[in-house]
Amino acid sequence: MNAPLLLVEDLSVAIGAARVVDGVSLSIAPGEALALVGESGCGKSLTARAIMRLLPPAARHAGGRVTLDGRELGALDADAMADMRGSALSMIFQEPVASLDPLMPVGRQIVEAVLAHRRTSRGEAAKLALAMLEEVGIPDPVRRMAQYPFELSGGMCQRVMIAIALICRPRLLIADEPTTALDVTIQAQILALIKRLRRETGTAILLITHDMGVVADMADRIGVMYGGRIVEQGEVFALFRRQCHPYTKLLLKSLPSLEGERRTRLSTISGTVPDLHSWPPGCRFNPRCPLAVDRCRTDAPPLAPAADAAHLAACWETARMAELDR
Amino acid sequence: MTDLAANPPPAVPAPAAPVRQLGYSVRAIWPFLVIFGGFVLLALFAPLIAPNDPNSQNLLARLRPPGTTARGIFYALGTDEVGRDLLSRLIYGARVSLLVAFLSVLVSTVLGTTLGMIAGYYRGWVEVIIMRLVDIVLSIPAILLAIITVAVLGPGLQNLILVLGFTRWPRYARVAYGQTLVVMNLPFVRASRFIGARTPRLMLRHILPNIAGAVIVVATLEFGLMVLFEAGLSFLGLGVQPPTPSWGSILSVGRNYMATAWWIATFPGICLFLLALSINLIGDHLRDRLDPRSKR
Repeated sequence: MNAPLLLVEDLSVAIGAARVVDGVSLSIAPGEALALVGESGCGKSLTARAIMRLLPPAARHAGGRVTLDGRELGALDADAMADMRGSALSMIFQEPVASLDPLMPVGRQIVEAVLAHRRTSRGEAAKLALAMLEEVGIPDPVRRMAQYPFELSGGMCQRVMIAIALICRPRLLIADEPTTALDVTIQAQILALIKRLRRETGTAILLITHDMGVVADMADRIGVMYGGRIVEQGEVFALFRRQCHPYTKLLLKSLPSLEGERRTRLSTISGTVPDLHSWPPGCRFNPRCPLAVDRCRTDAPPLAPAADAAHLAACWETARMAELDR
Repeated sequence: MTDLAANPPPAVPAPAAPVRQLGYSVRAIWPFLVIFGGFVLLALFAPLIAPNDPNSQNLLARLRPPGTTARGIFYALGTDEVGRDLLSRLIYGARVSLLVAFLSVLVSTVLGTTLGMIAGYYRGWVEVIIMRLVDIVLSIPAILLAIITVAVLGPGLQNLILVLGFTRWPRYARVAYGQTLVVMNLPFVRASRFIGARTPRLMLRHILPNIAGAVIVVATLEFGLMVLFEAGLSFLGLGVQPPTPSWGSILSVGRNYMATAWWIATFPGICLFLLALSINLIGDHLRDRLDPRSKR
């Protein structure tokens, strides 16, 4: 693998005394798409926001390094970091309509994004914005430029958000559940758009989602998060074929499938995600894990090569995975 | 025990159709817009409209009632105690009223909105200092503060504007602060930071336009109040100095002649009443239109 574009090493985020992101490490190669999946509250969004250095007020950075393209983001001053956002790395969200200023025509919002990073005239910026709107597949862009967010549909607004995020050609796009709020057809269109732009511009993508279907469609690699830690990481197809962590295995088993028997009940993972402040010692999945042994309750397993060198899992009992198939 | 199933409670009457909260319809605002617009025109074009020089005295035609002609000059609203044309003085007086009100509203809007936005944006100790200052200034009666300040600085148009501007800003600060808190919590503010917007851009381009509606409503209502404050201070002799015509000072002089020359006090009073009323009703109307909670 060549030099990674984004390198996250041992990143931790704390809310009060609780470590909601605990020692997350990941890397993304230029042009690669990595998906972070996990239940709500597993820390995937906070990981993304920590990378952007814009954590919500209650959360704070509790250690770790983020390096983008060889530059350590934590070492930049606030102004330099603000300059990186939108130009070197951008982020889009799941509420496209609310993420746009309701009182500003969408064209001007794209122009503002250009002017935040480049010294150029408003006219030049408007030309770029128009071209970008066309690129994200908005019909009749000249008319759309002058419209306000409330005049556009959710899918249109997400296209505008993507245009804003990509207009300065960032090397990395973080997409935080970009299609969750959209209906299925629009969802497919937006995903196709992100895929096309990725192919055309070579932007790397960190996709945050809980939708396994989206992952299979979009990502090269997956990181599965549970309780603020990455529990398994690997190539998409390798990981779908074989899971080395019980959580991933049970998560995939709980998905409905088009194949196989119909009338079977979907399997579930017993128990619920524990409260942030009361994570168990050892492996954080141990109270819900059917394979848990004593060691799981005392020692946290490290993320280590499991099936092969590129397929990592944080589990002591990887060898017993077959028991879950019964 | 009563069997509830057998004796169902009487059906709740269907809620009555929502009552219109406004006593006046939307269309009824037009007369007041016309009145306000009329005063603005009078103020802007006073030299062209006023039939006479407002300060030229005609001691032989003192205290003449409305509609008299003296030495070839027609006095539509009569003359004052030194024979000046009351109509012309009122027209020039509109100038003073609106100028003072406009500029003092401008001063306090800029000051209050800036401070309120800063408090709502930065929070923390900045918020504490600014908002406690707001509480302190609001707890002092404005007219008293104005009187003291004018007494120290001396009367005059410029001081009047500054005094009114610097005593009235807390109302704007409170509104701007509250609205900024609301806007700061909207996802688009977060989103624009994630694409690299810095503080000044965020404040001027995104937050200010989103709080402007509420601030404009306050400014409109304050405008009417400023007209009355100017008249009040001029009435007390602390505002615009003679011979510059101000409705307040004309009223103050006219009070002495109430029994013999009723028109001197009556007409500026009517003007003040009409101007303040129209501004307040326009302000109320704007508030109802701009406030998302009161649906039209």
